[in-house]
Amino acid sequence: MKVLCFGIAKEIIGSSEIQIGGEHINTVSELKSWIHHTYPEFNSLNSCMIAVNQEYAEDSQSLSNGDEIAIIPPVAGG
Amino acid sequence: MDNHIDIQISPNELSVDGCYNYTLDNTCGGNNLFVGTVRNNNKGEDITHLEFESYVPMAIKVLKTIGQESIQKFNVQKVSIHHRIGRVDLKGIAVIISVSSKHRKEAFQACEYIIDELKSRAPIWKKEFLKKGSYWVNARP
Repeated sequence: MKVLCFGIAKEIIGSSEIQIGGEHINTVSELKSWIHHTYPEFNSLNSCMIAVNQEYAEDSQSLSNGDEIAIIPPVAGG
Repeated sequence: MDNHIDIQISPNELSVDGCYNYTLDNTCGGNNLFVGTVRNNNKGEDITHLEFESYVPMAIKVLKTIGQESIQKFNVQKVSIHHRIGRVDLKGIAVIISVSSKHRKEAFQACEYIIDELKSRAPIWKKEFLKKGSYWVNARP
């Protein structure tokens, strides 16, 4: 699955998107765990949300092939 | 309702007139305009400029939802929300919100609601550039 990265997430990962394959990630919660395990610097952030198809997702939400997935670090508009 | 809401996220300089003119309406006597600009100091640090980044399609959706909520909650007529992305220098405009309503009170309330919700929900990120270094606002404790 393809995951879009923004702001400080993009800096930590070093790319505006990552491709994750063969990791058996089926839910938002599993994706968050994978991100924090693979990039421990995420543990220093105030929060980290996941958006699925351009909406904030709950941890229990399932992920499907073809979903548009994004990492949403703490926002700061305005 | 969507034809009463104008959302723009732009890499170009924002126009106060453009934002304001959209919400002008024959039925309205109260027009509230909020303009957020870049200031030179935050928590004692001198700032040289800001850079904004956004997940644009999601931000447009979120801002449209916030606009709809403000119309429902406060019964205002039209709402315009314009946000800049990219580099913005001191005194530059980062965000403009314009709201029109029959009377002033609802326009003030809706405008405040929109900027508060924008700050907490819209997928927009701000990097502050200091004389020494830079950091993403709100990212770390």
